[in-house]
Amino acid sequence: MNDQTPTSAQRAEALQGMGCKRKRVEDIRFVQGRGNYVDDIKLQGMLYGDFTRSPYAHARIKNIDTTKAAAVPGVVAVLTAETLKTVNLAWMPTLAGDVQMVLADGKVLFQNQEVAFVIAEHPYIAADAVDLVEVEYEQLPCNVDPFKAMAPDAQVIREDLKDKTEGVHGKRKHHNHVFNWQMGDKDGTDAAFKNADVTINEMISYHRVHPCPLETCQCVASFDKIKGELTLWGTFQAPHVIRTVGSLISKIPEHKIHVIAPDIGGGFGNKVGAYPGYICAIVASIVTGRPVKWVEDRIENLSTTAFARDYHMQTEIAATKDGKVTGLRVYTIADHGAFDACADPTKWPAGFFNIVTGSYDFPVAHVAVDGVYTNKAPGGVAYRCSFRVTEAAYCIERAMDILAQKLKMDPAELRMKNLIRREQFPYTSALGWEYDSGDYHTALTKAMDAVGYKKLRTEQKARQDAFKRGETREVMGIGVIFFTEIVGAGPSRNCDILGIAMFDSAEIRIHPTGTAIARLGTKSQGQGHETTYAQIIATELGLPADNISIEEGNTDTAPYGLGTYGSRSTPVSGAATAMAARKIKAKAQMIAAHLLEVHDDDLEWDVDRFRVKGTPERFKTMTELAWAAYHGVPPGMEPGLEAVSYYDPPNMTYPFGAYICVLDIDVDTGVTKVRRFYALDDCGTRINPMIIEGQIHGGLTEAFGIAMGQEIRYDDEGNVVTASLMDYFLPTAVETPKWETDWTTTPSPHHPIGAKGVGESPNVGGVPCFANAVNDAFGFLGATHIPMPHDHWRTWMAADKLGLHA
Amino acid sequence: MSKVQSKVQVTMKVNGKAVDALVEPRTLLIHFLREQLNLTGPHIGCDTSHCGACTVDLDGKSVKSCTLFTVQANGADLLTIEGMAAADGTLHALQEGFREMHGLQCGFCTPGMIVRAHRLLQENNNPTEDDIRMGISGNLCRCTGYQNIVKAIQFAAAKLNGAPFQEAAE
Repeated sequence: MNDQTPTSAQRAEALQGMGCKRKRVEDIRFVQGRGNYVDDIKLQGMLYGDFTRSPYAHARIKNIDTTKAAAVPGVVAVLTAETLKTVNLAWMPTLAGDVQMVLADGKVLFQNQEVAFVIAEHPYIAADAVDLVEVEYEQLPCNVDPFKAMAPDAQVIREDLKDKTEGVHGKRKHHNHVFNWQMGDKDGTDAAFKNADVTINEMISYHRVHPCPLETCQCVASFDKIKGELTLWGTFQAPHVIRTVGSLISKIPEHKIHVIAPDIGGGFGNKVGAYPGYICAIVASIVTGRPVKWVEDRIENLSTTAFARDYHMQTEIAATKDGKVTGLRVYTIADHGAFDACADPTKWPAGFFNIVTGSYDFPVAHVAVDGVYTNKAPGGVAYRCSFRVTEAAYCIERAMDILAQKLKMDPAELRMKNLIRREQFPYTSALGWEYDSGDYHTALTKAMDAVGYKKLRTEQKARQDAFKRGETREVMGIGVIFFTEIVGAGPSRNCDILGIAMFDSAEIRIHPTGTAIARLGTKSQGQGHETTYAQIIATELGLPADNISIEEGNTDTAPYGLGTYGSRSTPVSGAATAMAARKIKAKAQMIAAHLLEVHDDDLEWDVDRFRVKGTPERFKTMTELAWAAYHGVPPGMEPGLEAVSYYDPPNMTYPFGAYICVLDIDVDTGVTKVRRFYALDDCGTRINPMIIEGQIHGGLTEAFGIAMGQEIRYDDEGNVVTASLMDYFLPTAVETPKWETDWTTTPSPHHPIGAKGVGESPNVGGVPCFANAVNDAFGFLGATHIPMPHDHWRTWMAADKLGLHA
Repeated sequence: MSKVQSKVQVTMKVNGKAVDALVEPRTLLIHFLREQLNLTGPHIGCDTSHCGACTVDLDGKSVKSCTLFTVQANGADLLTIEGMAAADGTLHALQEGFREMHGLQCGFCTPGMIVRAHRLLQENNNPTEDDIRMGISGNLCRCTGYQNIVKAIQFAAAKLNGAPFQEAAE
């Protein structure tokens, strides 16, 4: 006892707390194939559900005949909208305040929409019977173009809303209109444009994509008729929300619903919402009295459960002739598909799209978004980004490059000139956000120095000259971007989902022997929460991270939380973890004072112990205090050592970064080779640099996929033509560039440990960086804005359009 | 079509153990492994043989077990992720490498990726980075961006060769 060695620094290192590259706890099971994913769950008597889906994008259903399907040996039941109506579940509410058909009711509104649900003893039998459900359709004209959908004579898509002039987000101006959302100073912005020296105006479209995690969406529902209780295992990024929504929809009391999200094989926004498969599995389990598993296949995943983007942004910037921006105006048409099933906080139908002023000091701005129904799959999820933030970042970063081109300025110089200055933080943007902290100029300077930016531009100039002389058929592009994200939703004053404030939570229990368990309302899908939350607690409480278990995803044991998406785990639950730990530490201090017979104030904290000020050899370690909490607390104090914290963040956090991409394009083949990609991220305090780097690598790879080839595309008949991995581009190890990562650290001033969140930054910054590089390569030949995705074929076409193949 | 076909007998060796079972002729190998043998390490990530999450080793070749019928594996010697660690629980160098180099995140592609990497190192015990990238191009990962998977395989190659592992300069 009372050993002063090892030193404070050695003891701190042994804890494996914040800042260290702790190896991941979860890996032990994953590398041995011992993860426990939903499809690994096997229950006694389990049945399997599978959907009959619509081949048409828009059709009236004249008749559904399930006789043949139901007659297949091993088929237990076939559900249709008519069956679901008997329990009032033919339609379900969406997170966005709309309603969605669970099974087609009278009409189908998009291809592959769920029409009937076959429940069978074996998945093969269910798949056989799905084909035997006979549906008589009367095809209707379909509309997959959000601009045409708003034409006065456009076919009505949502007959249930036909006569409703008022939607959940205000007035509807057309039968295919979802909402109009505006922010900013319209008159002031118009005035800025009137007085501008220079303006640009470009339609910047961000195509429809899909998060495509390697594991699809799936669930197992098990209803216990005797107890009247439902247990639902599923790929849920937000288990508590699923429980509450499930209770509201099914009328099963919430305390009788147990939602469990086991290991999840990637989410990226795909697994936030509630899908017809979940509802059908629940109903099927209630009807049959047996557990029912539903696992979507990849085609179903890509074509029905969630999409992302499909934002079409008419973008204007006003500026002085020396390059100071004076106004921003963005008018967006947002394609929401057949049902508004966006996973945005309720008051934000266009997410946080008003982050579109980006990292720049715009004195005035105005943004308007019209949501539109089309005959496409519902969704509008935040694919590895906070709500509509990557759309906003792509919009402003492309627009800044277009402005630079018009001004004949270097795009990095234009950014330097307009970046918000360090002394302006906290900075209130023209569209209403209060950016918490930033040091943008330092970050961009560091990035430019790291890649040798000036030298690259000199090389580019020489190569452009060589190209013009006909000495090469390759063009070189340099993409520069500076992004600011808005994550960590969010403060209860402006963020809720269906009325539930977007706080998050942590509960920590210290066991008598000084080990601990913490439970959280978030849910890891690969982010490594079991590793990093323990690091926060280790530093806060002086207990080794290896002695702390982290548990998420069980709504019976975890305190209520809103889940993991929008980079909210560290900003919200990470804060709750630190706050819960501090409650425990405060109690431990009182116990220490009691044991050491001094006043609380006479103690100071030293890594893993309280020691008496001035007499450091008198101390009590946290492990000793844990034991004492269960047998020697001061008179009048409750025994035990545990705490819960519900953290309502005072503000969002604003991670930022500077990315630079260098690539070469063969104009005769369209083949693009990424020579170099450098990413500098500032996510505030860094909890585990190894995991941060891994997150950046992954996010950049997803950004590469989106910018360079991914697309959920429909033909004019409403057929989704990219619904399998044959057509939907997922980068392999061969195409994926090598990533260089770097960082600066500007802590968040309002977060207990100064952390901002990082998982989504690389997607937000990466997409415009690739796009800017491709556009930069062709800029000297007269291109202004070549739309994504920049696959070889489209890049070849862009070159062709510029007359390069003449 | 809807009639359950009569079952056929298959025998094979899976992770060193003899297996004798009855299967429907149409049963895919991945379903046999996961549902009948409870080997849930190999996963299903697509319908088109692209993702490689179901990769297992069959008679010394990497195969995508979603694209083979179980009957095609009759008489074969199979290795899945569950057979990679030593009997005493010691992790294989690849399993160690994936953890050391942060070569995984959600863990869904990992079993297929490790089994594929195992075969790659059998074929080429000292692969270059390009060899590795090409060698694992049939296995998709949505989380890591592959860079650390490459390092994990280099780590394992070095360890299996008894050489010190040196991270290449970034």
